[in-house]
Amino acid sequence: MQKKKLLKKIASYGVEKLFLLSACVAVLALLVIGVYILVSGLPGMFKIGVGQFLFGEKWSPSEGYYGILTMIIASLAATIGAAVIGVGIGVPTAVFLADIAPKWAVRILRPAVELLAGIPSVVYGYFGLVVLVPFISNTFGGAGNSLLAIIIILGIMILPTIINLSELAIRAVPRSFVEGSLGLGASRMQTFLRVSLPSAKSGITASIILGVGRAIGETMAVILVAGNTPQIPGSILDSVRTLTINIAFEMSYASGIHREALFATGVVLFAIIMILNFTLQAVLNRKAGTRKRRRAGVKPR
Amino acid sequence: MMKKYDIIEINDLNLFYGDTQALKDISVNIKSNSVTALIGPSGCGKSSFLKSLNRMNDLVPIAKTTGEVMLDDKDIFEQGYDIVALRKRVGMVFQKPNPFPFSIYDNVAYGPRVHGVKNKKRLDEIVEKSLKQAALWDEVSDRLKDSAMGLSGGQQQRLCIARVLAVEPGVILMDEPTSALDPIATLKVEDLIHELKKEFTIVIVTHNMQQAARISDETAFFLMGEIIEFEKTSDLFENPKDKRTEDYITGRFG
Repeated sequence: MQKKKLLKKIASYGVEKLFLLSACVAVLALLVIGVYILVSGLPGMFKIGVGQFLFGEKWSPSEGYYGILTMIIASLAATIGAAVIGVGIGVPTAVFLADIAPKWAVRILRPAVELLAGIPSVVYGYFGLVVLVPFISNTFGGAGNSLLAIIIILGIMILPTIINLSELAIRAVPRSFVEGSLGLGASRMQTFLRVSLPSAKSGITASIILGVGRAIGETMAVILVAGNTPQIPGSILDSVRTLTINIAFEMSYASGIHREALFATGVVLFAIIMILNFTLQAVLNRKAGTRKRRRAGVKPR
Repeated sequence: MMKKYDIIEINDLNLFYGDTQALKDISVNIKSNSVTALIGPSGCGKSSFLKSLNRMNDLVPIAKTTGEVMLDDKDIFEQGYDIVALRKRVGMVFQKPNPFPFSIYDNVAYGPRVHGVKNKKRLDEIVEKSLKQAALWDEVSDRLKDSAMGLSGGQQQRLCIARVLAVEPGVILMDEPTSALDPIATLKVEDLIHELKKEFTIVIVTHNMQQAARISDETAFFLMGEIIEFEKTSDLFENPKDKRTEDYITGRFG
């Protein structure tokens, strides 16, 4: 009897530690990758000169120029554009799926969205290359390899993330809130805009952040349609090179300071993703905060 | 006090959910400025009946209604009847307190805002008046901007009542409003109902027969979608005419 109890205790202790260990692996992986990138990239950045590296417009390793301003701008522009498309189409789609759509429409739409999420990024890129790029070239002129092509492809790619998570958030709004509002004589639209949407706000925010994170880090699909010229785009029809492309393109043959510059590009990408996440979260939260304060009858600061 | 009159007249009301008949030939009148209790075993149709009175059953896609419910001499099921106006006139308090995840102030101001009140001073007045009517003002007046989710269950339910009062209804429907509350909070809500009937007409579904006996003027006993007996509360409980009513209120079934 005593022995059995002891065994049980040991087993429960072991399982507990096993779970803890599993949780540690994820954190450890993040730490290792983060440290590795910083250690490999920062020295190069300092050798080149931080200002020279971040704000230099010329990238030409053979001549010793390592400026990535063009790529920072390209990455940001592509991400913002994709977010506009993704949010603009994704959030209304989520609303439609969660609240308005008749059952048969949901039955078609939901699998379609899920399928969209399952398409490998290289296929998106290929589709962009053989369909979108020629289309842009024929319609607007130019080569077709362009910022616009990236924006459209990325916008479509992040749709499933935004749609799925936003729909979940809207569906998670308790039915009692909706009934309470309708019971007070509010219309369905008023109920949706004034009760459901504010209640689902944090979930929708999370979906946008995840979508944006995916967009800025995407490489494969982007490589195929970007044109890959390191220049500051004058219009959305110009060819660009993003930070991710820069790394993927040149890493295989780079060495010495060139290699370090590519790692430094990774550091910048890492930093941008962090900053983007934090600002997005802060902006969306603050916006909600002022609205709440205003509603409560206090002037926003 | 105002002279009592029949504020709602229900004639031959039938309600179907798909092929199931939930209400059968209901014909009763509900008096103004009184409390009407609906009692009966679970699934007897009393909640369905309540929800017919402000057409909340419309939310159930398979629900179908025949017959008429006359409110202010108009049938609320008539085509083109203004549902927004109906729900403003006939408010509803739910079984589980369901405040919105906003501040206390915004919860009460929600209805008036939806119906177009924008003036801040006017809103302040409505909020204060409604919270006072719901006997909640003294407990929350110094923290109107706090989230309603931080209130106790009983306070939340009184807030939901205040929220309904803010749109100035004539009739208030209550669907087992105290079933999720402790005895003290229940008493407070019952006292409140007693106060409110001076100005409003109240129809309340309750599983608690003592509660029906305590607070209502008239009581309807529902069984299998029919009203078996509809009498003055004291008569129904002390002198039931129907054997089934007697069995139910003496606890022989249900």
